[in-house]
Amino acid sequence: MSRLLLIAASAAALAGAAHAVEPDEVMADPALEARAHALSREMRCVVCQNQSIDDSDAALAKDMRIILRERIAAGDTDEEAEGFLVARYGSFVQLKPPLRPDTLALWFGPLVVLVAGGIGAAIYMRGRAPGKAAPLSAGEEAELADLMETDRSSSDRAG
Amino acid sequence: MSAEVGQFALILALLLALVQSTAPLWGAWRGDGTLMALGRAAARLQAGFVILAFGCLAYAFVTCDFSVALVANHAHTAQPTPYRFAATWGNHEGSLLLWVLILVIFGGAVATFGGALRETLQARVLGIQGIIGAAFLSFLLFTSNPFLRLSPAPLEGRELNPLLQDPGLVMHPPMLYLGYVGFSMAFCFAVAALIEGRVDAAWARWVRPWVLAAWVPLTLGITLGSAWAYYELGWGGWWFWDPVENASLMPWILGTALLHSALVLERRGALVSWTILLAILTFSLSLVGTFLVRSGILTSVHAFAVDPERGVYILAIIGATTGLSLALYAWRAQALRPGAFFTPVSREGGIILNNLFLSVLCAVVFWGTFQPVFIELMAGDKISVGPPFYARTFVPIAAPLLVLVVLGPMVNWKRDSLRQALRRVRVPLALAAVVLLVSLVLGGFKGVIAAGGLALAAWLVAGAGAILGRRWWAGRAYLGRAIRTTPRAIVGLTLAHAGLGLLVLGITAVTAWETDKVVSMRPGDTVAFAGRTLTLAALENVNGPNYEARRARFTVTGQGAPFTLSSERRFFPSAQTQTTEAGIHVRPLGNLYVSVGEESPAGVVVRLWDHPLIVWIWLGGFTMALGGAVSLSDRRLRLGAAVKAPALAQPMAAE
Amino acid sequence: MKRVLFLAPIALFVVVLVVFFVGLRRDPSALPSALIDKPVPAFILPPLRPEDSRGFAATDLGGEPMLVNVYASWCGPCKLEHPMLMRLKREGVIIHGVDWKDTREAGYGFLAERGDPFVRVGSDQSGRTGIDLGVAGAPETFVIDKAGKVRYRHIGAISIEDWEQKIGPLLQRLRAES
Repeated sequence: MSRLLLIAASAAALAGAAHAVEPDEVMADPALEARAHALSREMRCVVCQNQSIDDSDAALAKDMRIILRERIAAGDTDEEAEGFLVARYGSFVQLKPPLRPDTLALWFGPLVVLVAGGIGAAIYMRGRAPGKAAPLSAGEEAELADLMETDRSSSDRAG
Repeated sequence: MSAEVGQFALILALLLALVQSTAPLWGAWRGDGTLMALGRAAARLQAGFVILAFGCLAYAFVTCDFSVALVANHAHTAQPTPYRFAATWGNHEGSLLLWVLILVIFGGAVATFGGALRETLQARVLGIQGIIGAAFLSFLLFTSNPFLRLSPAPLEGRELNPLLQDPGLVMHPPMLYLGYVGFSMAFCFAVAALIEGRVDAAWARWVRPWVLAAWVPLTLGITLGSAWAYYELGWGGWWFWDPVENASLMPWILGTALLHSALVLERRGALVSWTILLAILTFSLSLVGTFLVRSGILTSVHAFAVDPERGVYILAIIGATTGLSLALYAWRAQALRPGAFFTPVSREGGIILNNLFLSVLCAVVFWGTFQPVFIELMAGDKISVGPPFYARTFVPIAAPLLVLVVLGPMVNWKRDSLRQALRRVRVPLALAAVVLLVSLVLGGFKGVIAAGGLALAAWLVAGAGAILGRRWWAGRAYLGRAIRTTPRAIVGLTLAHAGLGLLVLGITAVTAWETDKVVSMRPGDTVAFAGRTLTLAALENVNGPNYEARRARFTVTGQGAPFTLSSERRFFPSAQTQTTEAGIHVRPLGNLYVSVGEESPAGVVVRLWDHPLIVWIWLGGFTMALGGAVSLSDRRLRLGAAVKAPALAQPMAAE
Repeated sequence: MKRVLFLAPIALFVVVLVVFFVGLRRDPSALPSALIDKPVPAFILPPLRPEDSRGFAATDLGGEPMLVNVYASWCGPCKLEHPMLMRLKREGVIIHGVDWKDTREAGYGFLAERGDPFVRVGSDQSGRTGIDLGVAGAPETFVIDKAGKVRYRHIGAISIEDWEQKIGPLLQRLRAES
């Protein structure tokens, strides 16, 4: 029904846990803090419902936030800091799935569907265009000839 | 006593559903009017019994009848009455009963007001509807009986989760279910049409209001859910791309596509088999959402008791309804005639593009939501698909659709020229260009995406305004009359498309310019944030009806008149749960959002957010829903209006 | 060609249905360790027991197949699991312990009160070694082979079935490996 129901369940399990990002975690350098902040939004908390470690109240999420900040303070790039957690918890912690052979379908599937759908829609619209109507089938051809025959004979009668 | 009455009513309802799922289908096959009438009677009686059962359960909740196990697990005497009532559907069993309740009320409505329909079509719709009803009633009775007794009855119940004790719970689930179940009507009509092998304008005129009647509450429900999460969860997020949210978004997206394709079918008789397919898939996605939330296939911690047996049962329902209807589709849909001709640049062509993009967007959400399951089964690795994925796939595909939204209503049916259409939107186009240039200059090239978003919002709102503007400008000599005679469907269209623009505005602004800060404060401390100064005026204890709270009161100065804001940490003793109540200063230009955390000798943790223009996300959603409602009130669309125009109901089907 | 187009929806649906059905059977909470078949990152933990001169370190791993159990005094399921660990100790299984995110006093008190199943046990007060192991919560148990590599990660308390069906047989196999 709602995400709230889920959150409610996990919140109950973690009652009394610390609140998300705390003042003592914040880095002195605003530029580094901004990087850490952005990065921690892309890392998943492993003990909570689908939350980033930035949003999570869980103690383990706090530890992970601190680790990210330590790595960044030690001069790691974002990829290296992220890699530190991925080496320990696997790609489950990445809210942005990595680009690998088994995730190619995930990342490029939407594009393939869009292109295929676009081609399908183009073909359909060509078929619907009044000028380029699909050729008549044999049955329709016969029906048409029949109609014209009737037409002619009725005009004959009038004339 | 009431529990037994409710239980008995449900059993009777199931028996009636079995009658409803056989008699009218058989009757329509044999041309037997009595059997078809029996189906109508069964539908109406069944609605009555389910209403009775729901009333019994609600009564047990409101009166705290703890001898009913479900009540004992989700209600507490200290819980305020509205929340005891809402707790009726704040759990798996009760919410399923609400689902069935809405289903049978809609069934009763078709039986009662569907006299204008061809009798066999009405009978077949009721028959299909009866099958869905029987499936869900037996699911309810055999795996999730809400009326089980508890003996001995406890003196006090277990409280409903405090996060759910909120007006959000009163409104959000019923709205979502109205939407999901509403799409079941379009599904029933689609399957009935496949059985009949016949789709005509009268069919489309019946289906479109039902789709709209489902779409409006679903839009409201999703918007309410987003607002509820924003103020209740205490960290100011409004959309998380969580599987459970995606479960409601998928039917919404496809339902929006259906709304548009049904328009082409009604007006031009084209897109027949595609519309049927959309109707089947939209309801199927509603069922998939139910499956996703209740089976535990994607998440391990669930408030709805997760039970693989239930998952298998729902999967069986999906397999039967969707599987059989798609099989029927494969067999019969080809026989439906393709309908009228049109050139690519035409209203029809625009709606095909709309449907293409919406279907792909729905596929993206489905793909991202279930990809972890696919990959785990294929490669054995666990991955997560979160917001960064959707930001890179959903957003780029949605953007071109949003550009096209303005052009669609500006092109004529059948054939038009692109140059003519562009001329009609020159005012919105100029406005969007100005917004783009100004925001690029002000924001620098770093803000290209934000500038694009703002220009898109301007384009959408001005483009929607241009629909009415063009109409009224043309009739300016008799302006009063031009305004009065504007069909409500056109007003609704304008509102819905303008609402989309407001939504884009809010999303762009909050994504690009949101700021936050976390500090530790003692009473008397001040902090500067987002052009304002906040002072922690007091930290005090307050007591609510069923909780104890620690409240932080702030006085805020700067940017207009000073005001106070308070945020609480609430502790619910009987539920042993702590919640955070954020303090939110809501203004059209932006919200100030404050939430307090742990207290220590160093002070209390205070988290601050500045959310520019965020309310427009929800105002946009509400405007879209309002547009749908206004459109639904149009006389031409009202249920049963088909009777007045029998001459228009030319059959265009095969056979 | 057209026929295929109308059959496509049902074909796709059948695939999805099968995936859902199989997916329902898997355990969504099972999270395989990222360390499987890799050596454990180096760590040195201070001793938990007052009488020990050294605690537990990565260099203690290997030689014989063994278990590493991550526990904490604040963790409820650990109390349920504890008798199982004592039984395994009696059966001669080598178990090392990590007292995770816990004070030394509380962690040692837990063992003093209930019995001590561990050969070596270290105190991981900061929780960093647990994170190096990829621990999400206590209790968790790792099966280590003769080469000191992680071969299996068990989340939650070890039940009798877990031991008899998964962990016990795995240890047997590892003992047979050269």
